[in-house]
Amino acid sequence: MKIDLKKQPKSLLLKNGTIVDPNSKKSFSGHVWIKNGKIEAIDQSDFPKDIPTIDCSGKVITHGFCDLHAHFREPGREDKETLETGSNAALAGGFTRVCVMPNTDPPLDTPESIRFVIEKSEKLPIYIHPIGAITKHQGGKEITEMGGMVEAGAVAFSDDGLPVTDGQVFRLACEYAKMFGVPVINHAEDPCIRKNGVMHEGAVSAEIGLTGNPDVAESSMVNRDLELSVLTGTHLHVPHVSAEMSVKHLRKTLEFSKSISSEVTPHHLYFNHESLHSFDTSYKVAPPIRTEKDRLALISAVKEGIITCIATDHAPHTVEEKEADFNEAPFGMIGLESCFGAVNKVLRNELDIMEIICLLTVNPRKVMGFEIDLFKIGTPAELTILDIEKEWIFSLDDIHSKSRNTPFIDETIFGKVVGCFSKGNYFIS
Amino acid sequence: MRKEWIMLTNRHFLGLKDYPGEDIQSIIDTAFQFREVLDRPIKRVPSLQGQTIVNLFFENSTRTRISFELAQKRLSADTVNFSGTGSSLKKGESFKDTVQNLEAMKIDAVVMRHPVPGSPNQLTRFVDAVVINAGDGTHEHPTQGILDMMSLHEAFGALEGLKVGIIGDIAHSRVARSDIFGLATMGAKVTLCGPPTLLPLNVEVLPAAVSYSIDEVIDWADAIIVLRLQLERMGQRLIPSVREYRSLFGITSERMKNHSKQLVIMHPGPMNRGIEIDSDIADGKQAIILNQVLNGVASRMAILYLLLGQKISEESEKSVSE
Repeated sequence: MKIDLKKQPKSLLLKNGTIVDPNSKKSFSGHVWIKNGKIEAIDQSDFPKDIPTIDCSGKVITHGFCDLHAHFREPGREDKETLETGSNAALAGGFTRVCVMPNTDPPLDTPESIRFVIEKSEKLPIYIHPIGAITKHQGGKEITEMGGMVEAGAVAFSDDGLPVTDGQVFRLACEYAKMFGVPVINHAEDPCIRKNGVMHEGAVSAEIGLTGNPDVAESSMVNRDLELSVLTGTHLHVPHVSAEMSVKHLRKTLEFSKSISSEVTPHHLYFNHESLHSFDTSYKVAPPIRTEKDRLALISAVKEGIITCIATDHAPHTVEEKEADFNEAPFGMIGLESCFGAVNKVLRNELDIMEIICLLTVNPRKVMGFEIDLFKIGTPAELTILDIEKEWIFSLDDIHSKSRNTPFIDETIFGKVVGCFSKGNYFIS
Repeated sequence: MRKEWIMLTNRHFLGLKDYPGEDIQSIIDTAFQFREVLDRPIKRVPSLQGQTIVNLFFENSTRTRISFELAQKRLSADTVNFSGTGSSLKKGESFKDTVQNLEAMKIDAVVMRHPVPGSPNQLTRFVDAVVINAGDGTHEHPTQGILDMMSLHEAFGALEGLKVGIIGDIAHSRVARSDIFGLATMGAKVTLCGPPTLLPLNVEVLPAAVSYSIDEVIDWADAIIVLRLQLERMGQRLIPSVREYRSLFGITSERMKNHSKQLVIMHPGPMNRGIEIDSDIADGKQAIILNQVLNGVASRMAILYLLLGQKISEESEKSVSE
């Protein structure tokens, strides 16, 4: 269902909800009073009687979600997504804050291009944080003007979509980024081992003949990056972990290093490579969807606290591009709208709702150093309302992105975002 | 061929993985009947009169394209050929548009050769016509699988229990995949033989054994299928040299002299004579390579007939009852 975004009234009461605060780790039933777009009071019984009220009984009121990894395609491929359409997709998925990757056209590799995104996003209903490119033109050779980009609003650095293949360049990038205190994110896939692989290399690729890209392409580079992070003392954030082998490297390094964080996507938690038997290009993503063993290892890594964040890697592509043959079709699927229902379905028997919410709220906010006490009085309201018991079928009509490349269409998922409050706007369904 | 209609389980013919054994048997039986037609002075039957088939070849092919075209002509179908390679197909829309345009012209079946695995599977989502896979990249070449099984059936009288070695570049071979799946379904035993760089990772999931010793496989097998060594694999450095490949896996005259046993030798073509197989072996008594080519036409006639002929038999029954 399409969301109907409105301006918040001066005063608004969210009544009788279950307040789940992932910062204090407390959960209680009560009301949230929002006044002039800010948290005015929580759980007081003597609210003024005449203010507009939204009944939240049976619903969870929690922090707005924060996505560390999305592609909004602006500038350059506005036919796939814009900052505005991406924002709508984010809100529909309960996200009030999104970090956008710099592999636009041209890439976000200068202070000017970072400023472009910041300025364009000011009036949008969510907070958008650009991630700057690590190397000029994402060429993998020369590091960018990170100082100017941080000053302009870049929150991290990444050449996402492409790995920084040259280890020396990545080392320099880590060292240089360290003085600005922002994380460095490397799309870890060794291009020599990956070759022209279009799916996970394993039992299914052996049967269907698509060129494989083995787990080692990821894990060997993750291992290199972890060691360079230790060497340089820089905060490394490992994106879209897909392989059990990578989890092993993360676990080992976390024993002695505190400057490591990582994320996993809903689709790597949800699907395995058996789905590729259909030759459906909507399953074509980088890194690829791997084996059931990898999938279960990712779930365990989340349970153990090795992987602490869910990030969507929302990657819009046009229908025409995705209808090409399997080799020609681009990598990536959209993921903002289906995220919570998919993740909650996979994890609800493994973790309690507080832990699931942490993966989407305080944990990613900590990676970027964003405010994590969102129920504090006076904080601008950044809230998401959830129906965590709702089983529903995700459909085209639930997509707000300009693109619709996702295999979640027609999937039954569990738990639904029913409202969101952000930057003075809200929707409730 | 007036008898009870054989209904194949699947509407399309995309691959032999999970293809029902009884259907494979029906196709082979029908193909043997068409073999007789090919021996007649007038090699034509009216079975597919009025049916329109498009041969859509997005990759160069001589043998398979001609074999399909002949099969269609022998069945009296109307055929149209389209070949396009490389750049004209860079965009996905042209792939979809091309076939939808063709379908708008009322075609009954599409025979497609494409360089990318799964393209025929994708095609079934774009068109209503019957889709027949004439080879899709490194995925499958199921009509070749049928003709290989037909040829083995002809040589040995049965497939059950037959020992078949497949030699060479398994990883990049659509022929190997179709042969492996088809033969396994029909109860034959398959052993793959090639260097690990030319075998897929997780080869153990395929219903076949693996050996690195060509001599061991020759001793074991009733028949071997020798695959073409695609010379571009040299460019990818998957093998160190042709010389070493020949010495480790080549079906050379010298090697065959050391094996006294009677062995049936097959090759899907085109052959690299002097590389994976020596000329005197390829042309020798043990080889049934040209028989495979003839059976290719009969097999493709059988597949087209069983997939498309039903519509005609229903139509004619309707007109009789009217």
